[in-house]
Amino acid sequence: MVQERTLPQFHAPAAQIAPEEGLRLYEDMILGRFFEDKCAEMYYRGKMFGFVHLYNGQEAVSSGVIKSLRSDDYVCSTYRDHVHALSAGVPAKNVMAELFGKETGCSKGRGGSMHLFSSEHNMLGGFAFIGEGIPVALGAAFQSRYRRDALGDSNADQVTACFFGDGTSNNGQFFECLNMAALWKLPILFVVENNKWAIGMAHERATSQPEIYKKAAVFGMPGVEVDGMDVMAVREVAQQAVARARAGEGPTLIEALTYRFRGHSLADPDELRSKAEKEAWLARDPIKRFEGYLLEQNLADEGTLKEVRDRIQTRIDDALTFAEESPEPSPDDLYKYIFADE
Amino acid sequence: MAETLLFNALREAIDEEMGRDDTVFVLGEDVGVYGGSYKVTKDLYNKYGELRVLDTPIAENSFTGMAVGAAMTGLRPIIEGMNMGFLLLAFNQIANNAGMLRYTSGGNYKIPMVIRGPGGVGRQLGAEHSQRLEAYFQAVPGLKIVACSTPYNAKGLLKAAIRDDNPVLFFEHVLLYNLKEELPNHEYVVPLDKAEIVRPGKDVTILTYSRMRHHVTQAVKGLEKKGIDPEVIDLISLKPLDFDTIGASIKKTHRVIIVEECMKTGGIGAEIIASINDRYFDELDAPVVRLSSQDIPTPYNGKLETLTIVQPKQIEAAVENMVALKV
Repeated sequence: MVQERTLPQFHAPAAQIAPEEGLRLYEDMILGRFFEDKCAEMYYRGKMFGFVHLYNGQEAVSSGVIKSLRSDDYVCSTYRDHVHALSAGVPAKNVMAELFGKETGCSKGRGGSMHLFSSEHNMLGGFAFIGEGIPVALGAAFQSRYRRDALGDSNADQVTACFFGDGTSNNGQFFECLNMAALWKLPILFVVENNKWAIGMAHERATSQPEIYKKAAVFGMPGVEVDGMDVMAVREVAQQAVARARAGEGPTLIEALTYRFRGHSLADPDELRSKAEKEAWLARDPIKRFEGYLLEQNLADEGTLKEVRDRIQTRIDDALTFAEESPEPSPDDLYKYIFADE
Repeated sequence: MAETLLFNALREAIDEEMGRDDTVFVLGEDVGVYGGSYKVTKDLYNKYGELRVLDTPIAENSFTGMAVGAAMTGLRPIIEGMNMGFLLLAFNQIANNAGMLRYTSGGNYKIPMVIRGPGGVGRQLGAEHSQRLEAYFQAVPGLKIVACSTPYNAKGLLKAAIRDDNPVLFFEHVLLYNLKEELPNHEYVVPLDKAEIVRPGKDVTILTYSRMRHHVTQAVKGLEKKGIDPEVIDLISLKPLDFDTIGASIKKTHRVIIVEECMKTGGIGAEIIASINDRYFDELDAPVVRLSSQDIPTPYNGKLETLTIVQPKQIEAAVENMVALKV
């Protein structure tokens, strides 16, 4: 096991958060965790198919970043996209139905696990090839700037959050897009979820400079590393980056140090990661940690947190029922959605 | 009526569409300050500013993906591929995102974008700059593919492509930019999915597109002198193919020759032959003949290059041969 990187220190107790905001973040993280656990169950029971990449362990990143956005901002995801979609506001029932391939799914059953879209929620998609969502996110950010500066729309201050993993930071699209975003001062957050492993490729084996946030400096862009297991810390850097982007000051590269608790996908035997490494990261579970914070700071009591968990469990159960009872797409509609005018 | 060069007809189309719809913008390498390698965007930078005529770094895949994202969120990008061969570097974004994303998103997003630029075999430009990509892209679902061949159809088709709510690959030919024609003074658009009957005739149907239309036209002059009356159809739309027009012609002539600059293997002609067999086999009096380019990287040497693509004399001979076999 490679020496763990020293995590940046963040003093959560010094950060200000209203109790309602704390519960909103907590609820979002619980939603992500419970949803993914239900997916694993359904996959192993043979009700869900294909490649299913779960987000367990990384919840602080999705909640910390996306809950710092406005509802008219944009989110662009990767193949590990369920929880980003949920944080962006896509209803759990429509995400679950998509994973069941149903007509009521957010992509009408045509997309599946790695292709979750919702124009209503400005969810630009899950993208199944490494790095291919980054240029698309760049386009959404360009569109905001275009509307503001070419069309004179002073309300066009929308920000785009673009997520990807450590493996992607070795891909050409990453460098090409950082260059263009800095060049044109686009309102975008590049959020690297460095979970240390690209399937079975350890980050250090693929990357000559493992500290990804340092790559921002080449483009004259702020690069920040953050403890991706601490939602308060992620929220803090995200809020600063969003404010910069919204003010027209351009992009930020955020490297969140995090960990996936499960294998790369549910089909991954996960033989390469050491027990010691997994246990070290499991001990830093972002949800347990945030629970501790909320209780210590008297922002919530155990009863309130349990209420949240019960409410979310009900929502997941309802989503499952909805997905199971929803109709499959009609065979008559096999060719529907190829072209816009059909 | 004013005589216009093809590159200028394209420029007029872009200018007119940018004027009528401020969500239309151009991006690509050297499209702005430089005015485009073939001057299709000349002076538009001065007229519309640097965001609407955006000079990009040399990063084909990423700026193509950027156009996809811009199109998904309400703009109408026109990408200029400085040379269409470079778009092989953007294949991922064109195929996976521009082409498929409307479908995989279950109709959540539409992708109104045009990817245009010069392709085809020029004059000794070498293999990488002399590609015909239409065959590579025809298998991608969700793309429309159009090839212009005259100043008139170039302008009208490009305007239609910009207004279309789907991704359109718009092929121009490097050797046709200086073609001259008188264009109407009034505004017009040409439908993307309709073939053009260049010359009605009764003896044989010649299907062609892009620069080969002009090689066919030359061949027809010789054929006319020999009393042969071919029907010449410029396909215009390579995807979808206009089988209404193709079918009606086959029912009249019962003989088909395809003349293309595309490579033979897996080419546009191969697709047309398969489709004709599916649809009109009983109408045929002879097997369909295709005259395609050789399956080689385009050689630099001028003589070898000429041998690579179909020449008017070959077309003439093939048609004569087919008509002579008439029972």
